[in-house]
Amino acid sequence: MVASYEVRLFGMWASPAVRRVEWALQLKGIEYEYIEEDLSNKSSSLLEYNPINKQVPVLVHDGKPIVESLVILEYIDETWKDKPILPVDPHERAKARFWATFVDVKCREEARKAFHMEGEEKENSIENLQVQLKALDEELEGKKFFSGDHIGYTDLVVGWMAFWLGVAEEAAGFKANHEAKFPHFARWIKDFLQEPVIKENLPPREKTVEFFCAFRQLGGCGKMNQK
Amino acid sequence: MASEKGVTLLDFWVSPFGQRARIALAEKGVHYEYKEQNLAEKSDLLLKSNPVYKKIPVLIHDGKPVCESLIIVQYIDEVWSDKSPLLPSDPYQKAQARFWADFVDKKVFDCGTRLWKLKGEEQEAAKKEMIEILQLLEAQLGDKKYFGGDTFGYVDVAFIPFNNWFYSYETLGNFSIEAVAPTLVEWVERCKERESVAKTIYDPKKVYEFVGYLQKKFGVA
Repeated sequence: MVASYEVRLFGMWASPAVRRVEWALQLKGIEYEYIEEDLSNKSSSLLEYNPINKQVPVLVHDGKPIVESLVILEYIDETWKDKPILPVDPHERAKARFWATFVDVKCREEARKAFHMEGEEKENSIENLQVQLKALDEELEGKKFFSGDHIGYTDLVVGWMAFWLGVAEEAAGFKANHEAKFPHFARWIKDFLQEPVIKENLPPREKTVEFFCAFRQLGGCGKMNQK
Repeated sequence: MASEKGVTLLDFWVSPFGQRARIALAEKGVHYEYKEQNLAEKSDLLLKSNPVYKKIPVLIHDGKPVCESLIIVQYIDEVWSDKSPLLPSDPYQKAQARFWADFVDKKVFDCGTRLWKLKGEEQEAAKKEMIEILQLLEAQLGDKKYFGGDTFGYVDVAFIPFNNWFYSYETLGNFSIEAVAPTLVEWVERCKERESVAKTIYDPKKVYEFVGYLQKKFGVA
């Protein structure tokens, strides 16, 4: 009989969406089995668990799959109630969800365009990204983390910008996140990356830059599926 | 911002996203002030309440704004939790509901927009995609009364406002939703029997006129 873990996570080493799920699991001290997926050759398990989007991350808990990283984070918080990552107050929860969708949908879209495009389109996306960074910078005034004194849901979701944005900038030769322009955000990045759960759970930078460079050569987000 | 007690909804009549908030508030029996917004000349209140997106809907509760329609619906569900729960209490069922509402969010409106904004081959591709999306949703509904099961829930609230746009999608895409997803059409009729939905829907032909106006505006027609 094969030993089966109660919690399994299908992921891909370079994916920020996968890491944010791992950070949540580790913050809560949940044991899980990690399964690395080759996204150019998806396993039958992945396709079975996520037939619609066919993406990672997929969390499988007691045999039941949960997909989409933001949905997974809320599921984790509701199932393992110790060390909550979302606030209790409904208005604070709404704000946390607001910033999460802002960075996951809007900022990611501009960063994606700045990464893949050239010329005027690239410049426009960089400008748009900077407007977004300004909003994030202002949100952090007077706070150590987006979630307050300790990292929480919003920080885990914005987390891609603490590491992967810099990687994307290096791989695609652009700079949007100037420390001088967004000082609160720069300070947040330093503090966030110092948190033990985060520090110990990041992909190797050089390898990630190489991966992003290769990905850019392929020229399409369709080649890699992560959410 | 005035810290007044009460609930205000900043909205625009034809917005399916605004409708989600209206339906949720009605399901919970919440009294609120509806403020129709002029999107060509945005009010100070809208700009102050939603400085990041400057979009409707915005729910203002005791002076504090909540933005983004699905976030608003979840907020309404959490605050007025004593009546008509929209999200299931079981975390796994909740996750499924969130997934499908997110699916509606990411797929239906965008694809629908391409249906009216594009012509020729691109429009044809959008139509094929819309049929696929509707059939996936129909499969998810299965033989349940609502997406939420026996009770009207979060996914129903997320999706039902788009039924006002079905006539526009069908007419522009030249296809019949009833022909490709009949169970979905039955679900629409069931939802329309609910007061919360009946109060917020309006003539699909009016929506079609509005789409015509958008097409002229974007130089499509």
